[in-house]
Amino acid sequence: MTKKVYVYRSFERFWHWLQAILIIFLAFSGFEIHGLYKFFGFEEAVLYHNIAAYLFIILIVFAIFWHFTTGEWRQYIPTYKNLSKQMQYYLWGMFKNEPHPTKKTVLRKLNPMQKLTYFGLKVLVIPVMVTSGLLYMLFRYPQGNEIQYLNIASLEIIALVHTIAAFFLISFVIVHLYLITTGETLTSNLKAMLTGYEELEDDDESETKKLEENK
Amino acid sequence: MKKIIGSLGVLVLVIVVAIGTLTTHNVSENTLDKLREKYPEKHIPSVDHSKFPQLQKKFSSPREVTAECIACHNKSAEQVMHSNHWNWEREEYIEGRGIVSIGKKNAMNNFCIGTQGNEKSCAKCHIGYGMDEKGLSFTDANNIDCLVCHDNTETYAKASNQGGAPVMTLDFNKIAENVGPPKRTNCGVCHFFGGGGDNVKHGDLSSLMFYPTNEIDVHMDADGVDLQCVDCHTTEQHTIAGKMYSLSSMNHNRAFCEDCHTSTPHSKEILNEHTLKVACQTCHIPIYAKEKSTKMFWDWSKAGKLKNGEPYSEEDSLGNHTYLSIKGSFVWERDIKPEYQWFNGTASHYLEGDIISDTTKPLVMNQLNGSYSDSESKIIPVKVHRAIQPYDPINKILIQPKLYSDNKGEGAFWVDFDWETASTEGMKDAGLPFSGKVDFIETEMNWPINHQVSTSKSSVQCAECHTRENSRLAQLNDFYMPGRDYSKVIDLIGIWNIILALFGILIHGTFRFIAAKKLKNGVNE
Repeated sequence: MTKKVYVYRSFERFWHWLQAILIIFLAFSGFEIHGLYKFFGFEEAVLYHNIAAYLFIILIVFAIFWHFTTGEWRQYIPTYKNLSKQMQYYLWGMFKNEPHPTKKTVLRKLNPMQKLTYFGLKVLVIPVMVTSGLLYMLFRYPQGNEIQYLNIASLEIIALVHTIAAFFLISFVIVHLYLITTGETLTSNLKAMLTGYEELEDDDESETKKLEENK
Repeated sequence: MKKIIGSLGVLVLVIVVAIGTLTTHNVSENTLDKLREKYPEKHIPSVDHSKFPQLQKKFSSPREVTAECIACHNKSAEQVMHSNHWNWEREEYIEGRGIVSIGKKNAMNNFCIGTQGNEKSCAKCHIGYGMDEKGLSFTDANNIDCLVCHDNTETYAKASNQGGAPVMTLDFNKIAENVGPPKRTNCGVCHFFGGGGDNVKHGDLSSLMFYPTNEIDVHMDADGVDLQCVDCHTTEQHTIAGKMYSLSSMNHNRAFCEDCHTSTPHSKEILNEHTLKVACQTCHIPIYAKEKSTKMFWDWSKAGKLKNGEPYSEEDSLGNHTYLSIKGSFVWERDIKPEYQWFNGTASHYLEGDIISDTTKPLVMNQLNGSYSDSESKIIPVKVHRAIQPYDPINKILIQPKLYSDNKGEGAFWVDFDWETASTEGMKDAGLPFSGKVDFIETEMNWPINHQVSTSKSSVQCAECHTRENSRLAQLNDFYMPGRDYSKVIDLIGIWNIILALFGILIHGTFRFIAAKKLKNGVNE
């Protein structure tokens, strides 16, 4: 028995898709600045990268606000429960047409592997990216060597950390794009993130009730 | 409700983009406008020298003119005699050496090497008369050559090898009655021909700078703002701001672009951020020696070859000497991309008699001090003049040969073409030891480039430096520059990480495809 459930709310979807666009744009302009190819031209690439970066930061501020006011941040608390089962599912269970080991519900949108990955992104990769990016942009300029304590001797460490985090993010996006095809059907996860609705097994009356209230 | 929050977010973002892209600060326009208003103002002289009877009497020597000048301008002689132009040396503090007296008198270069023993010839560019081998013009005020700087008729000219005396056929009355602030022509007759020819030394100061076009120099553009040298090289009591580090060592009395333009003249903030580490000249003088060639390489070791016992010369298609028996062989270039160096305003010099510590690598005659980590340093464009010049391999010091003489047999190289006697005589004049052996050593001399500023359109673009291939700043590798630098290890690991991710997806996807097919078949059976 499945039921069409409203899983991803409008701001959540807006946040997700804007974040996706910004990350891809930042990566594209960023790796041009890195010197891997020429497209916009260095000057324009820097300009657009910086604007996109500030937009991303604003988006993050809104997202943090949303996560805490809605309590959705709890979705990302990592857990070891079912983690190995989930890994086994991806490694061979899936090929034997076994069912998903983690039941997706409105209160548990993420499986243990997703929880761990997104938690890592949220508390490690994104903060590292934002911090190193801000240091990169503001490097030495705001104080013009006038304040010794704020003086950063070299851009090198900042730039290298930013590069490492960027490669991480790119790898994440690639794997993420593949793994969203592993839902009930190839496109069910994608459709859910677009429309907000997803066919979920309907076995918990109380959750559905909560959902109705939220709506 | 949520939709309202969502659209509110979009609205805020749109506003931010608009602010981010539309806001520019407009300091540059105002500053430039003010400068454009200020400089075309016509100079109205406070006196008309043609009305003075003392300048209408018959002058039989330029010294008599000087006597009349300093009779009214009765403190000017003292000012001039304290100036670098007069003394050819000044007290300077040099890191590691302390206070030394340094100047044309005792510093050496890798063009005509030095003035010692050659004063009579070199004095063509001295602001005085009567210079002899001992440099004896330095104490007599009547020897000051007021006219070479203040003649506004553009007719005054110095004679060759006469110790600084002018050509005697000049109309001294006309010149004396038409004196005024120095014009480009006054400065240019010496400074555009340093090293014995048009644009030989500086590279950014050629005869084209007398009346340059906008493309040659935006400031001195004769049809434009038409700045004179002294507009930037401001002068107080005959002490002139701005100097060349071929001879100067200290970070004082300099002339800066920022004096007029401020240090944040751009409308794009990201360009203003560069001015902390990059000098204006670096971007705004993309090429120097525009149209007129400058000397880039001088090989003294080839000098002295004769044809039928006579010295000879060879020229390239542009009329530049590529060989002179008296000087050796040369390489000339024009429209040159500068080399770049860190510079904090101080330099150290090879002075006469300094021991060369390492004779296996090129000797830098004037080391420009600076580095990325030094907060005083900025990147500047430099002409590096390279040469092979004589040195004493036993004493390990550069040789100051005697070059010029009126007569044969006095040991002057330009007359007798013998290195050993020229070195013996030159080193004797300089009061330096000489072992009797002459060898040749590679040397480099740094000439900071400050003139021939291009239009803003043709200034250096971001990607000319911020690029992995052929960066203009490829030589400066003591710092990380975006676009040019990267870690090979991180890039390798990062790219392999992506490749492995794709590979993993491919394998996983293939298994899924096979599994799905099997399942389908199983259902069908």
